[in-house]
Amino acid sequence: MTGFRRKTGGLINRKKPVEFRFNGKRVSGFEGDTISSALLASGIQLVGRSFKYHRPRGVMSAGPEEGGALFNVNDGARRIANVKGSMAEIAPDMAVYSQNAWPSVRFDIGEINSLAAPFITAGFYYKTFMGPVASTKFWMMCEHFIRKAAGLGTASQIEDPDCYDIAHEHCDVLVIGGGSSGLMAAADLAEAGKSVILVEQDFMLGGWALNTTDPEGQSQIAALAARLTAAGGCIMTRSTAFGLYDGLVTGVIERHTDHLNQAHDSLPRETMHIIRPQQIVMATGAAERGLAFGQNDTPGVMLSGALSAYLGRYGVCCGQQAVIATCHDGAYHDALQLKSAGIDVTVLDARHERPAIAAQAEQAGIAVLEQTVPISVSGRTAIASVELGSIDEAGQITQTHRHIGCDVMGMSGGYAPVVNLLSHRGVKPEFNDELNSFCAGKTDLELFHIGGADGVFDTDEAVRSTEQAVNRILKKRVTARKAHKGWKTSQMRPVFEISVKGRKLKSFIDPQHDVTTHDIRQARNEGFVSVEHMKRYTTLGMATDQGRMGNMLGLAVMAQALDKPVSQTGITTFRPPFTPVSIGALAGRSRGQESTPIRRTPMHHAHIEAGAVMTDAGLWKRPWYYPKAGEDINDAYIREAARARQTVAMVDVSTLGKIQVQGPDATEFLNRVYVNPFAKLPVGKARYGIMLRDDGMVMDDGTTWRLADDNYLMTTTTAQAGPVMSFLEELLQTRWTDLRVHLSSVTDLWAGMAVAGPQARALLAGAIADIDWSHDSFPFMGVRQGHITTKTGKIACYAARISFSGERAWEIYVNAADGDEAWRLLADRVTEHGGCLYGMEALGALRIEKGHVTAAELDGRVTLEDAGFAQMAARKTDYIGSVLRQRPALMDENRPRLVGIYPRDRRKSFSAGGILCAEGQVQGFGEGWVTAVTHSPALGHWIGLGFISGGVSAWAGKTVIVADPVRNSFIEADIVSPHMYDPSGDRQHG
Amino acid sequence: MLRLDCPFCGLRDHTEFTYLEDAEHTKPDFRDADADAWFDAVYMRENPRGPHREYWHHGLGCRMVIAVTRDTVSHDILSVDPAHPEMKAMLSSAVPKKARNSGKAKA
Repeated sequence: MTGFRRKTGGLINRKKPVEFRFNGKRVSGFEGDTISSALLASGIQLVGRSFKYHRPRGVMSAGPEEGGALFNVNDGARRIANVKGSMAEIAPDMAVYSQNAWPSVRFDIGEINSLAAPFITAGFYYKTFMGPVASTKFWMMCEHFIRKAAGLGTASQIEDPDCYDIAHEHCDVLVIGGGSSGLMAAADLAEAGKSVILVEQDFMLGGWALNTTDPEGQSQIAALAARLTAAGGCIMTRSTAFGLYDGLVTGVIERHTDHLNQAHDSLPRETMHIIRPQQIVMATGAAERGLAFGQNDTPGVMLSGALSAYLGRYGVCCGQQAVIATCHDGAYHDALQLKSAGIDVTVLDARHERPAIAAQAEQAGIAVLEQTVPISVSGRTAIASVELGSIDEAGQITQTHRHIGCDVMGMSGGYAPVVNLLSHRGVKPEFNDELNSFCAGKTDLELFHIGGADGVFDTDEAVRSTEQAVNRILKKRVTARKAHKGWKTSQMRPVFEISVKGRKLKSFIDPQHDVTTHDIRQARNEGFVSVEHMKRYTTLGMATDQGRMGNMLGLAVMAQALDKPVSQTGITTFRPPFTPVSIGALAGRSRGQESTPIRRTPMHHAHIEAGAVMTDAGLWKRPWYYPKAGEDINDAYIREAARARQTVAMVDVSTLGKIQVQGPDATEFLNRVYVNPFAKLPVGKARYGIMLRDDGMVMDDGTTWRLADDNYLMTTTTAQAGPVMSFLEELLQTRWTDLRVHLSSVTDLWAGMAVAGPQARALLAGAIADIDWSHDSFPFMGVRQGHITTKTGKIACYAARISFSGERAWEIYVNAADGDEAWRLLADRVTEHGGCLYGMEALGALRIEKGHVTAAELDGRVTLEDAGFAQMAARKTDYIGSVLRQRPALMDENRPRLVGIYPRDRRKSFSAGGILCAEGQVQGFGEGWVTAVTHSPALGHWIGLGFISGGVSAWAGKTVIVADPVRNSFIEADIVSPHMYDPSGDRQHG
Repeated sequence: MLRLDCPFCGLRDHTEFTYLEDAEHTKPDFRDADADAWFDAVYMRENPRGPHREYWHHGLGCRMVIAVTRDTVSHDILSVDPAHPEMKAMLSSAVPKKARNSGKAKA
């Protein structure tokens, strides 16, 4: 006989039947059922296959500790792996599949692994397949098949179609766990005026109270929840606190739609709540652990508490003849509840002294066998009988050769307080001798464990522990006597592994990862004496349940093997997440296009309309090139760059960083941050400046314009705009606190456009009439204010005669709001003058021709000398980096210096990122590297910029190889001055 | 997540801030030509176990630099002050600390 649903009882809604599919077959349950309860109610005991040996697996628990009933749920993109049947609610048409079984869960070919089990112990695969042939290729070939044979669920591998959200919450007290203790604490605190959030991972409140058949428990829970809500508290069910972080910040996953089995119009699938409480009450309860005995993973062997949970909460009898093996009073309550439902129950109690509760059990008609333990279980896909052994006072176990027939078995080795979250904060759990479990360690955090989480299992003592925590939070007097841990009635006996001399038993301690007691001993014999090493070698506790059922058993076996008490072997560290968390929930809305913000310049739409192909420059979208019909990128940029040299062209430079530097000490400030002096810069002029870091390396370059005596506009490179601003702010607030300087980031307030080419002057003179554009009146590096004439009025602008392209050029800055209009006006004039717009690619070509550096060259490892700026540095005054830049190694003439690169055969091309090597010595890191390559329309061949040891003077007349070994390209090249085009600067000064 | 009690904005997540640098030692004056002193200031760090004074920048807030004393073992934030000494003096004399930092929201 297998499980069945009783006619009455349970918290399911019998008026609402729910049909779903299990391995293709229709199974029905009721609203309020989990996958496991519905399967058990339908008499399905074999639900899956194990990870390594493909052993039959049944439902083992009724909570997050589940080690057997793991499923793949749903098909296609919404398929989820390793869903715990004990936690997942059933929904109409949900498709549930067994895992790790082929072709079917009843007839599974992989079960052949089980025959070879004596060989497939810890470390088997690595030892066998990596050792003898000793080739990585052989291992990689084998690994493919091993991975296929082992494993749990299968991920969908299709993009997640659901949406997720992240929410931020604040409260005085966060209560984790919605059982009686948690609800009581939350209600009391809320009524005392605290803002309270209570989270419960289950879809119902009540915790252990849900599992009893006692209706009074349910009404108490309802009353507490009503009090909490009335006092303004917030209750979140289906919400798991998965991680505890610094400052008590707690990560909580709320599942909105999984139980509906379809996407919701207005709800995300899950929300990750980041909760910032002042204090936390841990009412996380306690988790039952099993016992290690032979074949204890056979379907039908369950945690004792699960038997009463399925009966009390779901009205499901897991069998008709039950054996419960235990060593403490707790399991007797399970036995009594089963018996009251008409199930035959035999209790095996390992204890030597008869507990008082045994008489109560016997009175109810339960057979109690004292000093008795289960040695082994028989039955292949379902339990058939239990072999009994007797345990003496010293713990020695002898065979009795007695068997009891049964169709279900409950095992209970005790309860372990759930202290995982505190462990996330690095607080080690402490072993408690009375409970034979690890309890919360001591901490100064504003965090209180109550009830089961505090190891307190008696109801009135749990109330005491709750009241004490509440009083502490409310700063009221707290009674001295602590709540009694464990059971008041009688003590438990520590029983972990049941072994008999001379008998080889297959005793599982981690049913998810197929770890046996033998594996632990083997780990010990091979020298893994620390629990952390033992865990990693055997993978005990590394499955999705984090070792809830078996960790303690493993530690006990390890302790025994080491001949130490458990308290001294210690416990492995629990880490977040408490239960598995969807990657999607951690990302929230930050996916695809929303994963990073997009910055668009004010002219973005004008670029799109002009047919620009856009590219990413950091967060910015910038025009890459403006192809004409039939042009590819090379055609386009070469045409655009040539037009800038021949007639006129215009580029969007709005992305440059812009910082307003104001105040009486602004000049002194600039003098200190730039290597070149700014004191004598007159109003109406700009100067090119270079900044170093404290370590003497180049940080950034750009022009700074003096708009008034005490007012400058500093420009930075696009990439360094943020870091430069932060660094300048830090200087003013930490080092130069006496300087009267104010900084504002004005990057987004200005739209900038550079007009370059021989006809730039004529073009601008036509567009901006109120500036005298003659060379004498508007010299190189001059800054003027004027107005662009529009059809309806005028747009105020700054014009600065600055040239990144090396042509006669001006940068025009207008208010960002006027950027689009100004750009379109000037673009029309560019067209009239036979010019064109140019993008990043042509900008690159122009600046490489001139040897102007950008982020590709200024990569943080470059000194002034390396970049060829040494002559700019002030000699008499000091500036940031002026001391450390002069370290002897940095002044070494053989350091890689900026150079230009020509291919010896001018028809050839080469690629950026290549290594520069001496002829005949293509090896190692070479003598330097290539930072940028372009086709130069002005020179008519490919050119590059790069760094090479000693610079131009060391390589004049020698042959260099541009090596790109990955693409098998080795090009002979000449090293030339980086100023490859118009080195005298006549064009920009003209 | 660390929570930093910004003297200007109140209690905020550390994601609004950027760690700048060790504040245990001040940098030499920019006119100081002692290369060893600069080398120590730029490269040498104590990496203490326990309280450590460090500069953080409230880049996604008030953009002020704050001096934070953080316990490197427990991550406890022991104090937060403006890095600028005169601002620190002005703030502590002007407003009592408790009145300033009402970081917790009433739900």
